[in-house]
Amino acid sequence: MRRSRADSDASHSKLSRRAVLLGGAQLLFMGGLAARMNYLQVDQADQFRLLAEENRINIRLIPPARGEIFDRNGVRLAQNVPSYRIVIVREDADDVDAVMQRLGEVIDLDPEVRARAMAEIKRSAPFLPVTVADDVSWDEVSRVSVNAPALPGVSPEVGLTRVYPRGSDFAHIVGRVGRVSQADLDALENPDAVLRIPRFQIGKINVEARQESLLRGSAGTKQVEVNATGRVMRELARREGQSGADIQLTIDSNLQNFVQARLGDESAAVVIMDCDNGDLVANASSPSYDPNLFIGGISSADYNPLLQSIYRPLVNKTVQGTYPPGSTYKMVVAMAALEDGIVGPEETTYCPGHLEVGGRRFHCWKRAGHGWIDLENSLKQSCDVYYYDLAMKVGIEKISAMANRFGLGWKHDLPLSSVAAGLAPTKAWKQSARGDSWVIGDTVNASIGQGFTLSSPLQLAVMTARLATNRAVVPRLIKSIDGVEQASGAGEPLGMNENNMRQVRKGMYSVVNDRRGTGYRSRVIADGVRMAGKSGTSQVRNITAAERARGVSRNEDLPWERRDHALFVAFAPFDKPRYAVSVLVEHGGGGSTAAAPIARDVMLQAIYGGEPPLDAYPTADRGRIAEQQKALRAIQPQADFSGKDQA
Amino acid sequence: MSYLEYTVKHVPTGFAKILHLNWPLTILLAAVSGVGFLMLYSVAGGSFNPWAEPQMKRFALGIALMIAAGMVPIWLWRNLAGVAYFGTVILLIGVELFGAVGMGAQRWIELGSFRLQPSELMKITLVMMLAAYYDWLPPKKTSRPLWVLLPVLMILIPTALVLKQPDLGTAILLMAAGGGLMFLAGVHWGYFAVVIAGAVGLVSAVFQSRGTPWQLIKDYQFRRIDTFIDPSTDPLGAGYHITQSKIALGSGGWTGRGFMQGTQSRLNFLPEKHTDFIFTTLAEEFGFVGGFSLLGLYALIIVFCVAAALINKDRFSSLLTLGIALNFFLFFAVNMSMVMGLAPVVGVPLPLVSYGGSAMLVLLLAFGLVQSAHVHRPR
Repeated sequence: MRRSRADSDASHSKLSRRAVLLGGAQLLFMGGLAARMNYLQVDQADQFRLLAEENRINIRLIPPARGEIFDRNGVRLAQNVPSYRIVIVREDADDVDAVMQRLGEVIDLDPEVRARAMAEIKRSAPFLPVTVADDVSWDEVSRVSVNAPALPGVSPEVGLTRVYPRGSDFAHIVGRVGRVSQADLDALENPDAVLRIPRFQIGKINVEARQESLLRGSAGTKQVEVNATGRVMRELARREGQSGADIQLTIDSNLQNFVQARLGDESAAVVIMDCDNGDLVANASSPSYDPNLFIGGISSADYNPLLQSIYRPLVNKTVQGTYPPGSTYKMVVAMAALEDGIVGPEETTYCPGHLEVGGRRFHCWKRAGHGWIDLENSLKQSCDVYYYDLAMKVGIEKISAMANRFGLGWKHDLPLSSVAAGLAPTKAWKQSARGDSWVIGDTVNASIGQGFTLSSPLQLAVMTARLATNRAVVPRLIKSIDGVEQASGAGEPLGMNENNMRQVRKGMYSVVNDRRGTGYRSRVIADGVRMAGKSGTSQVRNITAAERARGVSRNEDLPWERRDHALFVAFAPFDKPRYAVSVLVEHGGGGSTAAAPIARDVMLQAIYGGEPPLDAYPTADRGRIAEQQKALRAIQPQADFSGKDQA
Repeated sequence: MSYLEYTVKHVPTGFAKILHLNWPLTILLAAVSGVGFLMLYSVAGGSFNPWAEPQMKRFALGIALMIAAGMVPIWLWRNLAGVAYFGTVILLIGVELFGAVGMGAQRWIELGSFRLQPSELMKITLVMMLAAYYDWLPPKKTSRPLWVLLPVLMILIPTALVLKQPDLGTAILLMAAGGGLMFLAGVHWGYFAVVIAGAVGLVSAVFQSRGTPWQLIKDYQFRRIDTFIDPSTDPLGAGYHITQSKIALGSGGWTGRGFMQGTQSRLNFLPEKHTDFIFTTLAEEFGFVGGFSLLGLYALIIVFCVAAALINKDRFSSLLTLGIALNFFLFFAVNMSMVMGLAPVVGVPLPLVSYGGSAMLVLLLAFGLVQSAHVHRPR
């Protein structure tokens, strides 16, 4: 097919026109692209550069060092020690199975732990370190380091972990830390980001938990450059965090240790309080447990015995346990009556050995009765009938109000877990809590610290300190925080008649120092260290008529958990009180036999600031005490334990 | 004018043809590819592997292919146009039947070790076919409806096949290139007005169909359009590409962060940093100056192609040269619009710069046709 030249020329010029048109349009579009590029890269460059920095810079937290805890003399009770773990980075290891195999030849690897680590390695990103062995010794760390060429991707990492050098002595005061659990996070309104750091430790109970905010400190940060998958490329900047505050307790660790040792395996509690400023110098609950066992997670083999023991080692009996105060409550009743002016100290009541109230017979502990008896003798011999009579005259409301003034039935503010309020019952309380109206028998029971009345050993120590000083002494456990002395617990004057107080103290003096006093066998004979006190024996259950008929009324005949609690409260020196002590021996039997000797030993230890001279004890006791001191010396105090072997 | 009408006496023969290649164009192509090597070296963190070295080898092969194609007389290419076109259509159908599925779409056929992407080849053979058609068709008939319908079918058949894969990006490019060629051949304005009006209607129909059983495009395509319109709606999901791309681009500033200093692309914030989004690396590291320079190189390639087409008296040669230039333009214009947030992310590489085997080879082969047209132009 032939075309005319004109035809061809026409079509060619049309093609040229359109080619130029389309080419122009293309160049125009490219101009638009250039304008857009100019807009993004020149006009908006600053904004995009900012966005780019945000993209690549990642803020990482540096966990703060937890504050340490010391006793009143600066002895470390909770400290941080380096802990080593072995980590593996998959992408550096190449053949993970082979490396793990070789690692197993270098250090001991629990097969179960190893399987778990393998699963985690497979799951996580190849550049993230995975822990294959926790809490390894320095020895193992060095073995891994020496064999590093054969273990690509494996490296030791160091962190801080908590150690309690005094072990079980302070489990019920300092408490313990543990890994942050989901429950911990749920309990917080707005959990600190630092808590999400793997292996971060949080206070679980007692001071560690209650002072968590002070001890934790604040996290530092480091800026790292990361890529889109989160791999750290390099560190750009670092801001150190604030370590937690150091806390000094009022406890004297040597005394605490002595008290724990003195209690031994007995299910018992002792509180020693400074009468002047409320300092708790010892606060022992026995048996105790080693908080170090809990830090990395406790095994069930260790945990189950603690949980199942009838002596309840996990319970802090000094503040958490509440018991009928028994005869130690009699001072409260006496003060209520004296302050009310209903009776004078010289007035006497006849004790025939029992009292009929509302058709029910209430017995005195001494079946034969005490005969005519006044205030001093009623305390000295712990006559029950005297107090039945007194309580009915004063009324339960005034008794309970007086108990509150002495710190009973009142939740003291201490940085310990589950501080119990106890109970000083009133008519209104019974109505609302039991839905029952108060009967006179309840008053009679309350007068000797039985029935509904409940108090903790701590409360009884506070009561004793207040009796000794006529001041509202407040218990104090934290002496200073980061070197800043905390408010003293000396308290305001109680404002009670000093003469009345003196009468009650005189009675307490007779309890220990009078030949007929219930605590005479636990007297101190050193002048200037004379002790005043009061025994208490609180019934755990009523002796049934059937049991009485069988003649089972002696404690020794009963199973342990049904025996009476033994209590003793004391302060010394009598002339110038320094310490108030309360002792509770669960199901120990009589207060004067089971609790009073402990009270004397710990009191003397506190006053002498160490082992007391034997001549403070009555001559007859010295041989036995010498034996006991020798035995105790053998088990205390432990050498300063500084955690794992380190570099 | 057609080869049927003039003698080929003056056309160089043998190795003398090499001297008559369009050398400025060749140098420009090499320069753009060089930019590509540099960027691939940079995104690999200063390493020739895994991208720069294979790309260079492929470029060497491609250049050889281009020169070889340039030595083949242009009339031979014209006579092959029909075969090439139908052959590629058959390959497209083959992909439909036997093709491998990659990234959710059937795009290539495995031929031994070579992975053939027929839709890539289609862009070129469609241009060849249309150029040959309009060379054959007497210019007077160009705008007659029957003679317009025929090239429309030639465009729509491969477009439909590509759309079926589904590859929306390539389908649009095919339509645009085909339409552009019809425009260049002199088809009446009226047709284009009707098609554009129809396209607007179709787009609105597509959006109307959303969520109905007869939905015309896939959900992911809808989402891409959504996030294109407002990337911030889904900054970590579908909008991530565009947002990160703009951040990297914008943070480059006037002169950029410097070679191998681009943080965004090297830290993997950018997706497909070595393929579709390689321009952002360039723009981040060399800034506006670098980006504009590359755009300038592209513009020069277009200008040299248009100039070569204008001086070429042969209709097939002119149309072919312009069509290939248009295809090339569409490639980088769509890619750049995409990374600058002006177009949805459709998966079109930056020609000669993005890492990718068959795209580069096909493109250089196409420029071989342009060289052939230039070497064998009527004198």
